[in-house]
Amino acid sequence: MSAGSDSCRAVMGTVTMAVSIPERGMKRRFRLREKSIESFIFLNGMLAIVVLLGVLVLLLREGLPVFWHTPPWEFLTGTRWYPVSDPPTFGILPFFVSTLWITLVATAIAVPVGVGCAAYLAEVASSKLRETVKPIVELLAGIPSVVMGFIGLMLLSPLVQSAFNLDTGLSGLTAGIMLSMMSLPIIVSVSEDALRAVPEEFRQASYALGATRWQTIRHVCLPGALSGITAAVMLGVGRAVGETMTVLMVAGGALAVPWAPTEPMMPMTAAIASGIGNAVRGGFQYQALFAIGLILFVMTLAVNLIADRVLERQKRKFAG
Amino acid sequence: MISRIKQIRTRWLPFALILAIGLTVISGCAETGTTPPPSGSELSGTIKINGSNTVTPLTAVWAEEFMKAHPKVNIAVSGPGSGAGIAALINGTTDICQTSREIKAKEIEQAKSHGVDPFEIPVALDALSVVVHPSNPVSELTFTQLSAIYTNRVSNWSEVGGSDVPIVALARDTSSGTHVYFKENVVQMKGLPTEDKSLEYGTRVLLLPSTEEGVIEVAKNARAIFYPGLGYLSEAVKPLAVSRTADEPAVLPSVATALDGSYPIARPLLFYTDGEPVGVVKAFIDYALSAAGQEKVIEMGYVPLE
Repeated sequence: MSAGSDSCRAVMGTVTMAVSIPERGMKRRFRLREKSIESFIFLNGMLAIVVLLGVLVLLLREGLPVFWHTPPWEFLTGTRWYPVSDPPTFGILPFFVSTLWITLVATAIAVPVGVGCAAYLAEVASSKLRETVKPIVELLAGIPSVVMGFIGLMLLSPLVQSAFNLDTGLSGLTAGIMLSMMSLPIIVSVSEDALRAVPEEFRQASYALGATRWQTIRHVCLPGALSGITAAVMLGVGRAVGETMTVLMVAGGALAVPWAPTEPMMPMTAAIASGIGNAVRGGFQYQALFAIGLILFVMTLAVNLIADRVLERQKRKFAG
Repeated sequence: MISRIKQIRTRWLPFALILAIGLTVISGCAETGTTPPPSGSELSGTIKINGSNTVTPLTAVWAEEFMKAHPKVNIAVSGPGSGAGIAALINGTTDICQTSREIKAKEIEQAKSHGVDPFEIPVALDALSVVVHPSNPVSELTFTQLSAIYTNRVSNWSEVGGSDVPIVALARDTSSGTHVYFKENVVQMKGLPTEDKSLEYGTRVLLLPSTEEGVIEVAKNARAIFYPGLGYLSEAVKPLAVSRTADEPAVLPSVATALDGSYPIARPLLFYTDGEPVGVVKAFIDYALSAAGQEKVIEMGYVPLE
């Protein structure tokens, strides 16, 4: 018995010793690991900045020289784009206006539907339903854009053509509708999170004052989550501005400045995609396409920055 | 909610990284694996062919047959457009450039300045067929009418003998050889007294990224008109008879009318290589020009050289 307890103590002694001696070493190793992970993460963070700067430098270096050929003002307001003619003319106003139209259509559809869907999921739907529907909506984001283009080309464009009695279904409207479906998942997902981040006390207080569920959603939840919803919308808009394959396939590709979304048009992304294969490195067309890329980059950057600022405000609002 | 956004962003990061790495590896492989000389009697190597969307179906069949006969040869064919192919030849990213138009003097200049010497090999002919929806009553057009349609000076089918509906003119985008060929020969009416080199496609003309898309649109749109190669003709679209002037008889596109020269929009399909082709590239081109290769030309709906 006693021998047993002795050996037990001895074992415990060695155990404590075993623990106490390498503990200092372990601490040091732990700190070393901590440091290396820290610097790894720091490098990753830096990498993102380096890549961003690299993209900016590349766009500036390849794109700016075109302004020796066509002054910036003419480049932005010119309505004639004939890159393979002799001499070539580069005016990107049609592309710019097309991008605005298509983004407008996409936003006008995706925002009400997306925010409505988010409000339903966050405030009305049972948690079981929410857990089923939300992943499905997010799955929509995984559909490749070329597949969306096919759907637009084969299914939607004949519908749009007959519904609006157009000459052709390949139009900015068709492209905008397809894009709205593509930015829907982002808007639903982020808005739903914003709505659920509104403190429960707000709703309880609203109900206590006798407000109905609709009044609570309309006057308490939505305003409370407004900055988050704005950020969601901005992210959705960024997606719509930058999408390429789908608009290349269904927007129609006409070079006229479109006066209505129902006209065929070519947005900036499609202009770059359809021209870049044909552009010889360093040629005027190559530079002009990079200059379009530069303008597009500035546009999406602005949208993202606004989204970031708004999100920051939301964070501060509920921090206290 | 912030974490949700981060989640969305980070969730895709690994995929993007894998994709980026994959692409780098692939492009690296492709560059190192270019056309090693044939070893002994057994041909082996990789051929990259880039260029015209019009020629792609034909080249793809040739490539398939050639790879069947020489299993160690690997041929990759892609068809973004003639201009894209020539750009690729100049940038040194393709072995053979397939085009549906001749290389321009300016492009030869650019090639020379990049140390590339374009070598031209005609491989087949193509009749550019003008197609409309089968329900369209119009059955023939002159170059002048086509030019007017594609410059938007004529915008209603009734002005060229059809019903009173607007015309939707479809064209290929600027990277296409067909776009340039059609512009120079039909829109600008090359060789006719009315020739006008300042004419351009109208701004309401739809520029499409592929020939297939144009044919799909014509097949379902009664107002549309498009100009695919002969190989893209099907039951779903109606080819028009075309004449250079109103005095000449209008001719329907076919292998026979292209061969005897009576069809006015027939053009050569060309291969370009950097200098005279050697090794496996030469073997492939020799096959394309052989009797067996030219037989495939007819099978695919193009026009053989002889």
